[in-house]
Amino acid sequence: MINLTIDGTEVSVEEGASILDAARKANVKIPTLCYHPDQTVKAVCRICVVEVEGMPGLQASCSTPASEGMVVKTASPKVIRARKDIMELIMARHPMECLGCQQNGRCELQNVAASLNMSKPSRYPLDIRKATIDNTSPSIVRDMQKCILCGRCEETCSDVQEIMVMAKENRGYYSMMVPPYGKKLVDTPCVNCGQCVQVCPTGAITVKDDTEKVYSFMDQDKVMVASIAPSVRVNLAEALGEEPGTVSTGRMITALRKIGFDRVFDTDFAADLTIMEEGSELLDRIQNGGTLPMFTSCCPAWIKYAETFYPEHLDNLSSCKSPMEMFGPLIKTYFAEKVKIEPSKICSVAIMPCTAKKFECQRDEMNASGYQDIDVVLTVQELARMIQTAGIDFKNLEEGEFDNPFGLGSGAGLIFGATGGVMEAALRTVYEKVTGKEMDPLDFTPVRGFEGIKEASVDLDGTVVKVAVAHGLGNARKILQEIGSGRAQYHFVEIMACPGGCIGGGGNAPRTWAKVEERKRAIYEEEKRLPVRKSHENPWIQQIYKEYLGAPLGEKSHQLLHTHYVNRHDLLGS
Amino acid sequence: MEQMKVLLKNVGKIRPESAKDYINAGGFEALRKALSMSSDEIIQTLKDSGLRGRGGAGFPTYRKLQFACSTENDTKYVVCNADEGEPGTNKDRILLSGDPCAIFEGMAIVGKAIGAHMGYIYMRGEYVYLREMLYKALENCEKEGCLGKNIMGSGFDFVIKLRMGAGAYVCGEETAMFESIEGKRGEPRYRPPYPGVHGLFGKPTVLNNVETLANIAPIFRNGTEWYRTIGTEGSPGTKLFTVIGNVEKRGVYEFPMGINLKELIYDVCGGIPDGKHLMAVQAGGASGPFINKDQIDIPLEIDYVAASGGRLGCGTILVIDDSNCIVDMVCNNLYFFKEESCGKCTPCREGTTRLYQLARKISDGKGTMKDIDAIKSLGETMNNASFCGLGRSATVPVESAIRNFYPDFERHIDKDFCPVCDREGRMQG
Repeated sequence: MINLTIDGTEVSVEEGASILDAARKANVKIPTLCYHPDQTVKAVCRICVVEVEGMPGLQASCSTPASEGMVVKTASPKVIRARKDIMELIMARHPMECLGCQQNGRCELQNVAASLNMSKPSRYPLDIRKATIDNTSPSIVRDMQKCILCGRCEETCSDVQEIMVMAKENRGYYSMMVPPYGKKLVDTPCVNCGQCVQVCPTGAITVKDDTEKVYSFMDQDKVMVASIAPSVRVNLAEALGEEPGTVSTGRMITALRKIGFDRVFDTDFAADLTIMEEGSELLDRIQNGGTLPMFTSCCPAWIKYAETFYPEHLDNLSSCKSPMEMFGPLIKTYFAEKVKIEPSKICSVAIMPCTAKKFECQRDEMNASGYQDIDVVLTVQELARMIQTAGIDFKNLEEGEFDNPFGLGSGAGLIFGATGGVMEAALRTVYEKVTGKEMDPLDFTPVRGFEGIKEASVDLDGTVVKVAVAHGLGNARKILQEIGSGRAQYHFVEIMACPGGCIGGGGNAPRTWAKVEERKRAIYEEEKRLPVRKSHENPWIQQIYKEYLGAPLGEKSHQLLHTHYVNRHDLLGS
Repeated sequence: MEQMKVLLKNVGKIRPESAKDYINAGGFEALRKALSMSSDEIIQTLKDSGLRGRGGAGFPTYRKLQFACSTENDTKYVVCNADEGEPGTNKDRILLSGDPCAIFEGMAIVGKAIGAHMGYIYMRGEYVYLREMLYKALENCEKEGCLGKNIMGSGFDFVIKLRMGAGAYVCGEETAMFESIEGKRGEPRYRPPYPGVHGLFGKPTVLNNVETLANIAPIFRNGTEWYRTIGTEGSPGTKLFTVIGNVEKRGVYEFPMGINLKELIYDVCGGIPDGKHLMAVQAGGASGPFINKDQIDIPLEIDYVAASGGRLGCGTILVIDDSNCIVDMVCNNLYFFKEESCGKCTPCREGTTRLYQLARKISDGKGTMKDIDAIKSLGETMNNASFCGLGRSATVPVESAIRNFYPDFERHIDKDFCPVCDREGRMQG
């Protein structure tokens, strides 16, 4: 242990801890901008500088290791003067449009400026970077005028996701974080995962806001139908200021009704449907010599990734649509017929933890109902803002219930929200289908947790099925390389683009691993409480097959629930 | 005054690409000696010599070797900083183009000391015309068995590779240079970890300036006692001075450390031409302070210059006569820094441009006393909080100019007479 003094308080920290770590331990708040708990230390914003006895100048507390006997002052006049000067420099480049910014009230830069008491007029003329807003992506908006060059987005895009869509261009004062060769985001291999949105400390990279679209559909007197992804119930309350991992299923339903939705459905149901189809597809591939390994296809960012970087593996992708896109056509066919509403009168809105879903719903393949199956995708962030806008006291809202005829999702459907969940849900059903016995234990822990790549095998009455789970596209690349080179052989592989799975998705409140951990805990706890924990035992699933779909992989399923993929390799350029 | 040619001994006398010429002039004797010495002995020799870095900071050379030597790793590197980005500085170019083998020899000795088998020379982009000659020289040294595999039958291997810069001043900063050699954007890294532990490609690395490396062979050839007789107690050896600006005889001169600046300007370089008078001197490169004519009676020695608030740096002496305007000089200097800031950290990226804007405003006769205060306070913040030496020292020239030439700044603010600005039609406001 290392002992040091911070602002007069003695504190002990582990070897290798930074001054910033030590200060946090001593409950001393040091402002930061480029620092992110999940990322490497960058030490570029310099807002976290502190005074260390015996060292010249000021030291960045994030990058300076704590050492024995160190005496640190974190708030001396010298330190505060420097921080204010640095903030003044940042503000002199920043568009002063905070009132009209999506991040207003949630912005790290704004918070730090407020904490520094920036009240004097600037000594420098306002000089905003010459950059146009890039809103070409269906998922992400980039406004580089607001960028403070912290480098977080670059790290997440290049080192975590390994897409490398953005990097710094030009030098010094003219530096700018951009896609290469002046390209717009839509023309790059960006997979719309939104992990850059998650880490941006300002309004420079934000979720494309589609809330206005929803209001305008409401104005057109559409029948407003919402479907809610599994992970949203453990993310929404956090986006509205409650503790990470707060479950708000019932309140969320009530809030949607108050906003103006006529029906609120549970996408967990569609996740169960996915298991029925995907499980059957897996067995079919194994038994009839189909292409293996089979990859899951629930994650639209992963799909675009495969289409762009690994088109040679498109046959490995399950032909199943994602739960959202299975639900879409069912709402506009089965549901519409059942309640006798003209499908064109329905506005189907999906509430997702995901920015890539905005891209997915606009894909050409996604109109099996004869209409765009899902009209609008709202992220958790956008729904949270709509709830605020509507003046709803979310915290004290009464609990509501999902609507029929898709009343219930199983626990298997719910755990789709965490990495490994699809795999676990599929195995529960497949195991029972093949062996006739319930998987014991039902909790399949080898595929749970945040290890980058997880492997397991299951004995299906003599056939040993090897499975793997990867989350984060850097891990996806690794596993694809292993498979491509023949070093690894699996039957079934689950891949989610976002680290942690959907609970770490790009459309949620800003992530840290600590928060994603809480969300994971919540989702598995909630699952245990559900009456049905296996997709094939969901009575509503049994009913829809009986009433409408026939059997998994049947003709109707093929028409509505399965899809094909597109080679997007040209996005990489030659 | 007679120059003392230790480093320049062979320059102009041998064919630079010829290893044979170099050997005939006593070359590679030092390496032969070093090859029979242990790491500790080599480092002890450098310690006894008192050799300090010639690139700018004047860090004791042996300590860099000690750090890298004490870090366990199978792969280590020696890097020669030949980026020579300081405006007006030519000394490394003279050494590289006149006696490159001496630099190779210095690198090999460092390699032997720390257990490195690979050296990189990172050369300023503009020196690309030297590349072919240097390749030839390297090839010739290998042919003579003085570089490459099993040097002089000792079993020690040392290979040198050449890497070209692309015109970024910041790449003269050692960690930014590593990034550049690794093929990345030239931006500095934070320390710790220090290069001796985690340097080029993450391996223990010793980086030295061309001139520092050129000192190593003479030390081993002639002994540390001889070396100690040259220069001063704290800064032994000779130093190359690039004298530029308004002097009769500009050029690169070699003198023992401690030569008086005034004598260098007047006796060696023949003083100020055209009957004009000295106004200011900037010693130590673009980030050196501007001093006035009453401050030049000083010995050019690392510690003395540092104690007086300046830095000897690379030994570049910019002499400025009284037909110039110091505010204009400051603007020019700050323009350089704003163009060369890499943009990694906030204070330097934003501050260099803002300092330039403030100085320009004063130079244009539109400034106020508040702008001088703003320069001072911004300068202090940049100096305290910038990521690397570039941002920390970019403020030195402007701050020293304000301190040493305050009336000139006041004149511009009062829109009073300034010979230069009047001539160029500025200060109309």
